[in-house]
This record gives sequence, C-alpha cells and structure tokens, in this order.
Amino acid sequence: MQDPKSVAGKHGAPAEHAELLVIGAGPAGIAAAIAGARDGAKVVLVDENPVAGGLMGLDVPLFYGQRMTAAVHNKPRMVEQVLSAKPALEEAFEAGVDVRLGVYAWGAFVNGPGVQTLPGRVVGLADDERSWLIGFDRLVVAAGARDFVVSFAGVEQPGVIGARALQSLIATYDAFDGRRIVILGSGDLAVETAQQAQARGLEVACLVEVRDSAQSVTDLPVLTGHAVARAVGGPSGIEAVDLVGPGGAVTRIACDTICLAIGLVPVVELADVLGCRLAARGDSGGHVPLVDGEGRSSIPGVSFAGDCAGVPSGDGYGYRLDWVRAQTRAGDGRELVCLCEEVSRAELLGMQPPRYLGCPPPQGHDLSSMLADGPPSHDQMKRLTRVTMGHCQGRRCREQVALHLALASNLDPAEVPLAGYRAPVRPLPLTVLADADEEQVMRDRWEVWFGIPGQWTPYADIGTEREVLDDESGLGDHMHL
Amino acid sequence: MTGQKGATTVIVGGGVTGLSAGWWLARDGMDVVVIDKGIIGWEASGRNGGGCTHYQSQLFDEEQRLWPQMDQLLGYPTEYRRERVIVAINELQFARYRRMAEITRAMGYPSSELDPRQVRELVPLAGDNAVGAVHFHFGGHANPQRTVQAYGWALQDLGGRLMQHTFVTGFSTAGGKVVAVRTNRGEIGLDNLVIAAGPQTGRLLRLLGHDLPLAAGRAEMIVTEPLPLMTHGGVDGNGLYGRQTLRGNLAYGGGPHEWVEAGDGQAVARPSTPLLRNLARRLAELFPKAGHVRMIRSWAGIIENTPDGRPVIDRLADPGNVTVATMSSVGFGLSPATGHAIRDLVIDGRCRFTDLGKLRLDRFAGLDPDWAARRGWVPIAA
Ligand SMILES: Cc1cc2nc3c(=O)[nH]c(=O)nc-3n(C[C@H](O)[C@H](O)[C@H](O)COP(=O)(O)OP(=O)(O)OC[C@H]3O[C@@H](n4cnc5c(N)ncnc54)[C@H](O)[C@@H]3O)c2cc1C
Ligand SMILES: Cc1cc2nc3c(=O)[nH]c(=O)nc-3n(C[C@H](O)[C@H](O)[C@H](O)COP(=O)(O)OP(=O)(O)OC[C@H]3O[C@@H](n4cnc5c(N)ncnc54)[C@H](O)[C@@H]3O)c2cc1C
Repeated sequence: MQDPKSVAGKHGAPAEHAELLVIGAGPAGIAAAIAGARDGAKVVLVDENPVAGGLMGLDVPLFYGQRMTAAVHNKPRMVEQVLSAKPALEEAFEAGVDVRLGVYAWGAFVNGPGVQTLPGRVVGLADDERSWLIGFDRLVVAAGARDFVVSFAGVEQPGVIGARALQSLIATYDAFDGRRIVILGSGDLAVETAQQAQARGLEVACLVEVRDSAQSVTDLPVLTGHAVARAVGGPSGIEAVDLVGPGGAVTRIACDTICLAIGLVPVVELADVLGCRLAARGDSGGHVPLVDGEGRSSIPGVSFAGDCAGVPSGDGYGYRLDWVRAQTRAGDGRELVCLCEEVSRAELLGMQPPRYLGCPPPQGHDLSSMLADGPPSHDQMKRLTRVTMGHCQGRRCREQVALHLALASNLDPAEVPLAGYRAPVRPLPLTVLADADEEQVMRDRWEVWFGIPGQWTPYADIGTEREVLDDESGLGDHMHL
Repeated sequence: MTGQKGATTVIVGGGVTGLSAGWWLARDGMDVVVIDKGIIGWEASGRNGGGCTHYQSQLFDEEQRLWPQMDQLLGYPTEYRRERVIVAINELQFARYRRMAEITRAMGYPSSELDPRQVRELVPLAGDNAVGAVHFHFGGHANPQRTVQAYGWALQDLGGRLMQHTFVTGFSTAGGKVVAVRTNRGEIGLDNLVIAAGPQTGRLLRLLGHDLPLAAGRAEMIVTEPLPLMTHGGVDGNGLYGRQTLRGNLAYGGGPHEWVEAGDGQAVARPSTPLLRNLARRLAELFPKAGHVRMIRSWAGIIENTPDGRPVIDRLADPGNVTVATMSSVGFGLSPATGHAIRDLVIDGRCRFTDLGKLRLDRFAGLDPDWAARRGWVPIAA
C-alpha cells in the first residue's frame, strides 16, 4: 500500500527529453554540445542569455551594477546580439544541436539520498513566461564563472561592476553604459579586462592593487599599495573613487565605473543543488565539483566543463584575503557586505540582528563566542544577520563572508563550509515557476500537512465518540500548523 | 556527581523541543547541557513554517499564553506576530477553515469571518478569487531561525551549556538509571536524561529497550523576495501554511511529503525538489497580486511522525530518570509549552499544569511492528 498523501506518483513526466543536455553556451558548453551531436546524440543546449533586463537589475547572474543600457530590455534585438556575439553557435546549429537562448536552468534534480520520487533525472527550465522540466540521459554543466566581490563604502551605488559582467555587457550585449573605468586588481583578469575595454574605445583610468606590486606585467598605470576608501557618487551612480595609499594619503580619481577584477568564482550552484561532491580549491577559484579527467562528477551521467569546473587563481585564497583585509582597514565598518539585506561589515562581524528588528546587539554573544561554540558556519551567520539571504541569492557576498569567517577563526578558507545553494538558482516570478500542467492527482490529494487521520482531533475528543466524528467530517486536514 | 563534562540534566537534541526544555530547566537553576550533532536548530526546528496555533493540542492554552511573552522571557527577538487570517479560494477550503473556527470558538478563542471584500481590504495581496476568510484573533507565527537562537542564548545566559557538533552514540546505565550518554567526544555523566532528538528519538529509545514508532518525512517550503509589509503577516490558506516574514518575504509550504530513511541522523540529506512549482502555483493563486514576485529559495526539512500524528511526551518508568519528547510534526509552535511540560516531568515527575495522559508512549503497546509498511509510510525503494 502507498500513502495516498505522499508525493510518490504525483509528478507528471517531464515535458521533454534530451539525450544530452548542456547548460551554458560559452566555449565549453558549445564544444560539448557539438561533440555530442556529432556522436549522434539528440542534444539540447540552453543558455540564459539574453537575460531579462529585470534580472540584470538584480545583479543576476552577474554583478552588472546597473551599468547596462536600456537596449537590454529589447529582447528580440538582444537575441540577435547574443547570436552574433557567439559565432560558434552557428556551428552548433549546423551540427543539429537544439539551441535555446534566453532559457534559465533553475534547478537540476536526481534521485538519491532523501529523494526517490522524482520523475527521472530532470532539469528545471524557464523562459520569461513559463517553466517546465526536461529529462536527460547525460548532463553537461558549463555554467562559467562569476565575479569575486569585496566591499567598500559606496559599493551599493550604480557603476560598481564585476569583470565578467563588464565583459558580458561589452562583448555579448554591446550594451555597456559607462565611459571611464577604474579597475580593482592587477592580475591577468584585471589586465585582460582593461585591454578589452580599451579595445572598445573605453577609457581605463588606472588599476588598483592592494599588494605592493602589480600582479602581472602591464603598461597600464597601477596604483599599488592602495585600497578603495570610498566610491563617490551622485544620482546616476559613481562619479569618482577615493583611493587610500601608503601612509593614508587619499587620491581621488574620476570615473563612472569601478570594476572588480580581483578573481573569479566557479558557478557551482547547480552542482550543489544536484548533490555533487564539491571540494574547496583556492587555486581553482573556490568550491568546485569533484571531477575526473573527463569532467565526470560524483553523480553518474553528470559532467562539468569549462570555468565552472575551476578557474586558475594564482595563489588561491591568499590574494582575496589580502583584498578583504585591506578593504576592512580602509573602511569604517559601515560599508555594506550584503547589498540585498543591507548588512554592513561591522554588523556582520558583530552578529547584529537585521536592521528591520531595530534591536540592540545580543549582549555577550558575538562572533568569537559563536566560534567558541563550534566551527565557523556561514549558514548560522545567515540566520543571525540575514547576510546572503537576499534576492541576488548571495552572489555578491558569499565569498567575502566566508573569508571573514576564515579570518575570525584563524582557519584556512578551504575549511569554512560552503553555504548551501537552493533551487531556484535564478530568482524567477511565481507565475513563471508555477506548474501550469500539474497532474490531477497532485490537486486532488494536496494537503496542507501530512494528512494523518486524527492528527488534528482536539485532545478532549481523543478516545471519545467525537474522535470518530472528527475523522468522518469529510473536511480532512483542516489544520494550519 | 556532575563531573567535568557532566551535568545534572543532559538533553539530547538541540531542536526547539530540547532547547526549550533546557531553558525551562535552567530557569529553575538546574545545571543543563544540550547536546546536538550539528549546530542547534539546524533540522526541522530551523526549517519550519513558524506556525503557533495548535488548537488540537492539550498544550494549546499554554502555547497561546506563552508566545506573546517569549521575546521578553528569552531576552531576544523571536519575531512572534499574533493573529492569523486564513483565506479560502473555494467553498471546500472555506468549510475547513470555518470548522477550525468552530472548534476554537468552543474553546473560548475568538475569530471572525470575512467576506470577499473584507478579505481584499485586510489582505492587500488577495484577489477576486477569494471566497472568504477566517480571521483568528489568536495564534500567530514566529521566526524559527531566530527562535532557536533565542532559546540557545537564553539558556546560555542562565548558565546552561550547549555542546554542538557532538553525536550521541549510546547510553551507560546502572541501577535502573541512565548514568551517562556516550558521544563521539566521550562520556557525559548525568542525573536526568531528556531525549528530544526529533526523527532520531525512536532509534535512541530502542537502545534503552523501548519501542517508539516513528516515521520520517521530508517536507518543503519556498520563500520569495521581500514585499511591503501587510498589516497581518500571518495570512495563509489555499492549501498552504506560512506567513509574510517581518522582513517582508513570503515563506510558505504545504503539499505532499516524501517518506525517507531516518537513519542515525549523522548525515542528513534534505533536498528540495520541483515541488516548488506546485507551491508557486498555489501561492500565486492565494495572492494573485504577488504573481510577479520572485521566488529566491526553497528548502526541505525532515520531520518525525507517530502513527496517530500526536506527540509523545512521557517520563519512562524504566530507566527511571529518562524523559522523552517527540512532537509528531507540530513541534515548533508548541515548543514553549513543551519545554514547560518537560521541566515538570524532570523535576516533579509529572506535568503540573495540564494532563498529558493521552500522549504517553504506552499507547502504542501492541502496535503491529509492520505498521509503517502497511500504511505506505516507508521510502520508495531506490
Ligand atoms: C575580460 C576577459 C577577456 C577574456 N578574453 C579571453 C580570450 O581572449 N581568450 C580566451 O580563451 N579566454 C578569454 N577569457 C576567458 C573566457 O571568457 C572564459 O574562459 C570562457 O568564457 C569560459 O567559458 P565557459 O564556457 O566555461 O563559460 P562562459 O563563457 O562563462 O559560459 C557560461 C554560460 O553559461 C550560462 N549559464 C550559467 N548558468 C546557467 C543557468 N543556470 N542557466 C542557463 N545558462 C546558464 C552563462 O550565462 C554563460 O553564458 C576572457 C575573460 C575575460 C573576463
Ligand atoms: C517544512 C516544515 C514546516 C513545518 N511547519 C511547522 C509549523 O508551521 N509549526 C509547527 O509547530 N511545526 C512545524 N513543523 C514541525 C516542526 O518543525 C517540528 O515538529 C519541530 O521542529 C520538532 O522539533 P524537535 O526539537 O523535537 O526536533 P528536531 O528539530 O528534529 O531536533 C532534533 C535535534 O536532535 C539532534 N540529534 C538527533 N540525533 C542526535 C544524536 N544522536 N546526537 C546528537 N544530536 C542528535 C538533531 O541534530 C536535531 O537538531 C514543520 C517542519 C518542517 C520541516
């Protein structure tokens, strides 16, 4: 007998099926899709670009910093633009790959520990109107990387942008709305970003480096030993940046954009949601799925390719820690670490309850007492301060928070557990995610809670005739927890 | 007799049940330690809907009495907000919600019925599809995550101790009593033991020779980005439970559960699934004016359930110093009252403020050992 109220058998079959499903149409994903199609597989390749303007405004999936032009709201034009920016897609079409642009993969699910009722191995897809499930035999995730963010006073203003986001706005969208850029970092990422910007006729005012020497060879001006004191802005965002140098001297540099090009972070949200085994690898940019030489993960049939499997990151966490330390020194604690939930660095380190509660910090309970009670836990910081709990889904603060926990506990950052990712990994509207074609049995048997006969029988009625009446009232599960 | 690591009372399980019990005992000046395998409140206790309106329970009056005072008593915010509005979008739902009103009115708790226009006035996110609502002038919700932390801190402020990341593997008994719990960090001596280990309570009791029938189920919730606050956060209905948080997010759950392996609790998998789409659909139906709002997370928790869906709160006859409490999936809201009852059982040997006779463990004596399989309360085979 099966519990009629359990989820078993209540999900319909996925709307479609791919022998090989590839998520991400960067170089890695396109190559995997073409190779699969040439091997004779039925291949579906999805990529979220062009991303809806509304999502970009939330800094999802990249830290766009409101520096996109209004053109991003013109969807048909942006589809054309993305196609022309990714000429390799042409080859994919010719190889017979079913290419879907403007499609988000918001979740990926396989049966395993804790779940055996999924309708097969599925990925949740959505466009800007609706969502559906696609089944797969093999999955290649080639989700790329995003930007490491370190905060400073004024970081919340329009014009603070990540290098990957800038690269995307310039090269993929041709929709970058800035002219003069100050770049944070002086490694390869910073130098390549500067060169790309200059090639587009943009002005690069300088590179900023907290260490004493530039981290790669470049002719560009590099202000070494400097950190950001504050981003100075007006109504349309950044107008200048104040840099603090050795001895405390402050230099003001005019710019409309401050680009974070300190490091890249592999995008592992789907890997984590799937339950793939991950490992913290500073020299690969952070947590990465554990894969073999062919990119195969701990889950059979699921592989990772390209930047999401790791981006070379020099001396690992050390460089990012230097930035966090330097920006902590350069700030007064009021700079926001979590932009969504407005949690400042001081509030984070003081484990302050969120601002909306308007209550004083807990007496005698702070980060160091928390660390005395156990190893550092990003998840615990989330519930106490609401850091990493907002609409950008932690993309702009996770790594910085984890580094602060490492510093406070004197641990290698690799030992700070990853704060878990949860579906949907893109913040999509309820009406888009809603299952429009749900099974009749899902509707008929839906209960608020477990639907255990007698659970809501009033205590006084237990063991009396009324107990039976309660059960037979036909009203079923009337409780609301 | 309490050694270096020992305590007068050791509580296994740092969910709301164990934490509240520890806090109540510490308020009595008792030396308590709460042991959890991870961080406190990381299981169901920190993952639930926050609802505090359990009219079916014998602890209901105490639940209703305590919640409005909890911030003050604990000294830390729980984000408790009073009252509930349950909105129906069809007549069957309305009949159910009216039945709740009937039952609670008979117990002396007031409520009023709202017509569709009144619903839209009181609940700005509701739409033309509302057929009515019941406004309960009692009950409410708190924030589970903040509440577990508040219990934990309040307990520490009274001299109680938390031992996190400590896994209880067994018990040492002597002379008809448990004298110590065994953990991966050594033995901890005790005079009294409280077992409040959620879905693992059954496994631990078996080590003491008792059968506590429990099945573990996984249930899911979703949360949206924040919205401007409605005057009443505690609005649910349409097959969903949940609330608008004080931050403004809509946090809702409901729908079918999955029976899972309870295991020993050491490695707990709590994946969420595409069920989030069915939850999204119902939330958009409940609040048509919030259809455009973005879902930012989903999660799942593992819940303990007894065959009759009712808690076990009992002091065992043998060993003579063991109190057990498992809440059968409604433990968050009741926790202030449960802790009080456990305090009484530990200190006075019986609950002084109400009768809990129907929640004793021996009501399951003679239960068919195959009860779970017979009802299909078992995991689907891999
Ligand atoms: C400024 C700059 C200049 C560079 N110049 C060069 C160069 O000249 N030569 C060179 O070889 N490399 C260069 N690189 C590096 C190169 O861009 C990356 O190494 C490469 O793009 C990585 O490829 P990928 O396929 O792994 O990921 P990406 O190209 O980042 O592609 C990942 C794609 O997946 C999509 N995606 C992710 N998650 C989802 C989801 N859940 N649903 C749907 N879609 C999703 C992303 O939006 C993205 O389109 C440069 C990088 C930068 C920053
Ligand atoms: C999605 C969801 C929604 C819910 N909604 C509501 C609601 O709105 N209202 C309501 O009242 N209830 C609700 N519940 C139910 C409620 O959360 C639980 O009934 C309640 O949290 C149980 O608390 P507990 O302390 O008894 O158990 P748990 O929270 O399970 O705590 C038990 C603790 O024991 C620890 N433990 C177990 N074994 C060991 C061991 N061997 N050694 C050391 N430690 C151990 C675990 O780590 C755990 O922290 C909901 C539950 C879920 C999952």
